Amino acid sequence: MNESTQSLIRPSPKSLFPYLFIALFILAFVDSWRRAGIEPLVLFERQGREHLWKFITGMFPPDLSWNFLSLMVRPALETIQISLWGTLIAVLIGFPLGLLGTQTLVIRGILNEAELQGAPVRRSLRYGLYFLARGVLSLFRSIPEFVWAFMFVRAVGLGPFPGVLAIGVAYGGMLGKVYSEIFEGVNYRPLEALQSLGANKLQIFFYGWFPQALPNFVSYTLYRWECAVRASAILGLVGAGGLGQQIEISMRMFNFNEVLTILIMLFFMVATVDYLSAKVRALL
Amino acid sequence: MRSSLHQYRLEKVRKLFGRNQVALDGIDLTVRRGEKVALIGPSGAGKTTLFRLLNCTLRPTSGKVWMNGEDVEGLHGQKLRQVRRLIGTVYQQHNLVPRLKVIHNVLSGQLGRWSTLRSLVSLIKPAELKLAHQALSQVGIAEKMFERTDELSGGQQQRVAIARVLIQDPEVILADEPVSSVDPTLASTIVRLLIDISENTRKTLVVSLHSVDLALAYFPRVIGIKSGTAAFDLSPDKITEPMLEDLYAGNFRDTAMIEGTSERVDPVPYPTLS
Repeated sequence: MNESTQSLIRPSPKSLFPYLFIALFILAFVDSWRRAGIEPLVLFERQGREHLWKFITGMFPPDLSWNFLSLMVRPALETIQISLWGTLIAVLIGFPLGLLGTQTLVIRGILNEAELQGAPVRRSLRYGLYFLARGVLSLFRSIPEFVWAFMFVRAVGLGPFPGVLAIGVAYGGMLGKVYSEIFEGVNYRPLEALQSLGANKLQIFFYGWFPQALPNFVSYTLYRWECAVRASAILGLVGAGGLGQQIEISMRMFNFNEVLTILIMLFFMVATVDYLSAKVRALL
Repeated sequence: MRSSLHQYRLEKVRKLFGRNQVALDGIDLTVRRGEKVALIGPSGAGKTTLFRLLNCTLRPTSGKVWMNGEDVEGLHGQKLRQVRRLIGTVYQQHNLVPRLKVIHNVLSGQLGRWSTLRSLVSLIKPAELKLAHQALSQVGIAEKMFERTDELSGGQQQRVAIARVLIQDPEVILADEPVSSVDPTLASTIVRLLIDISENTRKTLVVSLHSVDLALAYFPRVIGIKSGTAAFDLSPDKITEPMLEDLYAGNFRDTAMIEGTSERVDPVPYPTLS
């Protein structure tokens, strides 16, 4: 891996590899063009043009009638509420698993050297925990939240709750991975000092690790919350409540002006969340 | 366990990083209880590694380490933490948690005694304020108690680190280059402070110093470390200039601490195990 990257940077005249790599790279795109069924001209054919035009003109003017807006207040609130609880569950899943998935906390580095040298049972137990946590985290995040929502709708029925669960699980997987990276990035020297005075791992974590990681921890969690607001709107499309469900209904009824209203609402919600999280980050 | 006059006993201790990077190459060392020892020697001689062995952060590749007559090799988990609690360490870079308030950094000296729950609660409502205040007054910065640690100067942070050791109240104080990032006047003040603490509370004190003058002036026993072994182990009056020249041969020797406040980075970073 390392050698190949080096030869990419400084191609030696004898090596065919860079050319081969470039050829493969180009081939990948050429072949994908065909298989992905990319036909840009279809967009400009008569039928495509007409549909696009109908959709866009149908959106204007947005439906700002009091009647419709008052109907949307509840779903909009529901979207925020789904995102709040979804993110909270994601933190509750991601935090402990992220801890166990942090190499410098569990399996290697100066905080484990004395503890694990000459203790094979302890060592294999730690490695087991580490790989288990990593495995669960990648399982959770490799399945898209859309698919999770679909499964949870089957499990607990239509409504906002499957949306909460879907965001909780899928985002838990993402948060856990990023948390462990944040934890691994902190300066180990203060941690070493805490260990050397007799603190246990949890104490080291809360006195040394967490305070150092806090700004990144908070800002990434808030960023995920922002994503969760958007996601909880999409999840409605499979019947998981919120604004998405309304988008789906309006789309099916060809009421594109209502769709635009909902998209505008969503825009302001995401902007508000973004503003709020920027304020919180500024406090740290 | 048999009680022992020896605080530390090291026998043929070797420490290798990776397969062939020798940090310590067969050190024999005995430190009596209450003794005050200075370690001198060029950068990269193995002093930091030796400290990490003494405070049970690392284990020797071969050889034995006894602390209070107890072989530390078999110690893990709770027992290992109990031994570590008896050893207080002051580091060159202070190794405080920058974003915590001074009070929490000082009180973290208690972590070896506190339960996990108690330590968590103290982060919200600091426990044992009086104790912390007393320790900070002893090092002369009581008024900084509620400030954020990273807002203090280097010398002040080193005092916080010493206050943390005071709270920990260990049997042994290890100080690895505690004064090489502060100015010369402050350096001797801090060394004196460490010696006073050691004498008043009969704690064993092992200090590594960049400045040979400080070592010779304040310590009854000075050990020269070179290439992972002890070159000499004598009282200062028996140490001659040729011995020092030999110790620092081919290396930068810091006699006057001209750099003053310049921050020096630890020459022996911890090698990752990958």
